[in-house]
Amino acid sequence: MRYDMSLPWWAWALMGAGLAAFIAMIAVSIRRNSGVKRSLFAAPYTLWMILFTIVPVILIGYYAFTDASGAFTLDNFRNFWDSNYESNKVILDVMGDAGAAYITRGTVNVDTLVYSLWMAFLCTVICLLLGYPAALFMADRNMKLGSSLVVLFIIPMWMNFLLRTIAWMSLLEDSGLINTFLKWLGFDGVQLMYNSQAVLLGMVYNFLPFMVFPIYTVLSKMDYRLSEAAADLGCNSFKTLYKVTLPLSIPGVVSGITMVFMPSVTTFFIPRVLGGGNTMMFGDLIESKFLTEGNWNVGSALSLIMMLLILISLSILRKADPNNDGGGIA
Amino acid sequence: MKKLLTVFLLLALLLSAVPAGAEGVVNVYNWEDYIDPAAITLFEQETGIDVNYMCFTTVEDMIVQVEANPGAFDVCFPSDYIIERMINNDMLAEIDFANVPNAVQTIDYLRNPDYDPDEKYSVPYMWGTVGILYNKTMIPDPERSWATLWNTEYQNQVFMLDSIRDSMGITLKSLGFSMNTQEIPAIMQAKQKLIDQKQSGVVKAYQVDETKDKMVAGEAALALMWSGDAMYAIDLNEDLDYFVPVEGSNVWVDGAVIPKTAKNKENAEKFINFLCRPDVAQMNCEYICYSSPNQGAIELMGEDYTGNHVQNPAQELLDKCEFFHDIEPSFLSIYEAMWNEVKNAK
Amino acid sequence: MIKFLKRFYLGIVLVFLYVPILVLIVQSFNAGKSRAKWEGFSLRWYVELFQDERILNALYVTLSIAVLAMIVSTILGTLAAIGIHAMRKRPQALMMTLTNLPNTMPDIVTGISLMLLFIFTKVDRGYLTMLLAHITFDVPYVILSVLPKLKQMNKHCYEAALDLGATPMYALFHVTIPQCKQGIITGAMLAFTLSLDDFTISYFTTSPLVQNLSTLIYSSARKGIDPSLNALSALMFVALLILLLIVNRRTASAD
Repeated sequence: MRYDMSLPWWAWALMGAGLAAFIAMIAVSIRRNSGVKRSLFAAPYTLWMILFTIVPVILIGYYAFTDASGAFTLDNFRNFWDSNYESNKVILDVMGDAGAAYITRGTVNVDTLVYSLWMAFLCTVICLLLGYPAALFMADRNMKLGSSLVVLFIIPMWMNFLLRTIAWMSLLEDSGLINTFLKWLGFDGVQLMYNSQAVLLGMVYNFLPFMVFPIYTVLSKMDYRLSEAAADLGCNSFKTLYKVTLPLSIPGVVSGITMVFMPSVTTFFIPRVLGGGNTMMFGDLIESKFLTEGNWNVGSALSLIMMLLILISLSILRKADPNNDGGGIA
Repeated sequence: MKKLLTVFLLLALLLSAVPAGAEGVVNVYNWEDYIDPAAITLFEQETGIDVNYMCFTTVEDMIVQVEANPGAFDVCFPSDYIIERMINNDMLAEIDFANVPNAVQTIDYLRNPDYDPDEKYSVPYMWGTVGILYNKTMIPDPERSWATLWNTEYQNQVFMLDSIRDSMGITLKSLGFSMNTQEIPAIMQAKQKLIDQKQSGVVKAYQVDETKDKMVAGEAALALMWSGDAMYAIDLNEDLDYFVPVEGSNVWVDGAVIPKTAKNKENAEKFINFLCRPDVAQMNCEYICYSSPNQGAIELMGEDYTGNHVQNPAQELLDKCEFFHDIEPSFLSIYEAMWNEVKNAK
Repeated sequence: MIKFLKRFYLGIVLVFLYVPILVLIVQSFNAGKSRAKWEGFSLRWYVELFQDERILNALYVTLSIAVLAMIVSTILGTLAAIGIHAMRKRPQALMMTLTNLPNTMPDIVTGISLMLLFIFTKVDRGYLTMLLAHITFDVPYVILSVLPKLKQMNKHCYEAALDLGATPMYALFHVTIPQCKQGIITGAMLAFTLSLDDFTISYFTTSPLVQNLSTLIYSSARKGIDPSLNALSALMFVALLILLLIVNRRTASAD
């Protein structure tokens, strides 16, 4: 297989100009300070981020506020509120006043967003409830669990997430492994798939490690003598947990919540495979706007709305952890 | 410094394995699993032309990709109504039939089709019907009607197609309308009927290509399905059977076309001509199990093909079926909005 | 008793994480193509894997992009981290916001925004665009792992080196970089992992002509997954397991 690596001329020109500017800046700073100004080292990165992060986000904004011909419009956001906005216009065009009987507000986009937020919320809560004890026990010094356990939590993340989700399908299907096993034991089969619960399971499965790591990192860095002191001062273990460990682990919890909530809102593929396409999530909706309907303007508006929502929820979360010192996966 | 050198060597090695464009290739963009791999090998051996074979899963995806990547594809295999749209949007190159002599093998039924009236842009590759695949052990003798898919006795037993035109189309047909209707009240009625179906609990899932394997495994009793997928499933599980409901259905054709932006038009024509050769058409037909548009291939396959009611449906049934026509994008937004409402119904 | 319960709980969580992977590995030894029916033990899919050009190609694309993206993003990110560290407070805060921005953007938005960029500038999507996208989402992670190490570093070390007559370049290579080596390695590993596992961003930034493993799996998932892909991931799983165990043992003995 051969791959075309060619770029248009202006891309080369841009890169050349960037490189030349970088070298010139360093040369000038060497002349002036008789040394390289360190902060200049960030220049290539800054340029890169402007080109590949800022400009693309601006492009999304551009598409969201224009129509197919490039003229300014707010219709794309009206489309979000009323998913039938486009089609209602056509109905009135075709049928005239008689069409009024067929006009309803489409709630598809809003419903899907609400449903996605609800699912993401549930997923985050379940991950927290499952993940916190796991992180706590892993960080427990008395358990003498080495770092190999952490490795055991990382490995599943290195397997392709699509394949892991499909493997869940083999387990949950009506003719799948769990039901085959139940029937072999003499029980009736149960329907485990094609519903929201299965989608939720898939999401929790995929995002659980993102909750465990940050909490584990913070807990393992915590001074264990603090909880010992609490015990010496007469706290039982639950009180120690509640009064000492829990408050100290808040930064980890916050960054865990962020890392689970964000990708869960935009999940796609999992609803299709495990939910049997019976319910859509916001990620599926955006994907279909871009790739199936080819409607980039509405798709961009939806992306922008989602980004805004996530930024708002993040800034609320940041309030709980003002120093932003929660452990990352790093 | 030695380490740095190793890194650069590695880099050079990686880059050297990535050479730039070449001659003697044909870039084929086809449906997933829609050709006998042996046919590609045979073509490469006979002509020395390299085949870059790429796949799509829905025609909507395909048309977006062809627009977004000009020059990347030399031969595509869109369905009838998409061919019509591509012709209208001036996206297709006229095929030079002097280079495709085997095109004369096309059966009469598919000559001068509505979507390409002058036969200038496309050559039929495969065709088939849309119908119902059912499991005989679960439902011994279902009513030969679309109403079967709405029968509330079959709770949680129906796989619908997650495809706008197909699912809306058969619902319109079951209501006695044309599948290409532009009557808004008819579309509204169809939407309501699909929502009723979902709310009555008969639908298990909306999916596309997963269905055939799931039907083989016995996940559900009924599925809305394309005849070729049905044939594939019946081959693997003899409890399955297929019928086209008496109300009539959709007949579709997937044709080979050459995008206007194609970089290797001659090779593309060679490839299309190769596909129309009776022995190759037979290979592909036996591999894909859809109906063949190729007279020579049908003669080669003989009784195996003509005696098969799935691949070779009766003419009186075909008379009740229709082709899809392209619906202009602004009107299509009604179909899209209504289908989204169906998917969103709880 | 409590200790046992704690261990038991961790065991349950690990079982939950590993069950699908186990299923996947078992399926890769199934003689038949069906996901549900066991038709006997066979190595058939492993043999077919090494004859399947599409899969091998996708593997090549995945690995080469992961390696290239790792190298470029590590260099770019380490330089940037040093630069950001040397900045005054205001520009530093601005740069940190810029660095955190991609992390707060959902993958699907990142992918789509890059797709729009490439389409808007009429760059054909393919190998190169996917590589650029991967570098873009990798760099911030490198910076975020190198920066804490720089902050921990005693800044007088660097000044002492200068006072002792080292040129800034010499001090950079012999003082600063060795001191934050651990952070650079973590960042590089992270970049490699993220690039290896990425689906969403690759999906939007490549054409069907150039597929990595994720996009190949996605497009073939609909027709029923090819068991050769299970075989491949079983092999990758074993390789990773061995690699991680070796690394883990070495770091454990180094401690």
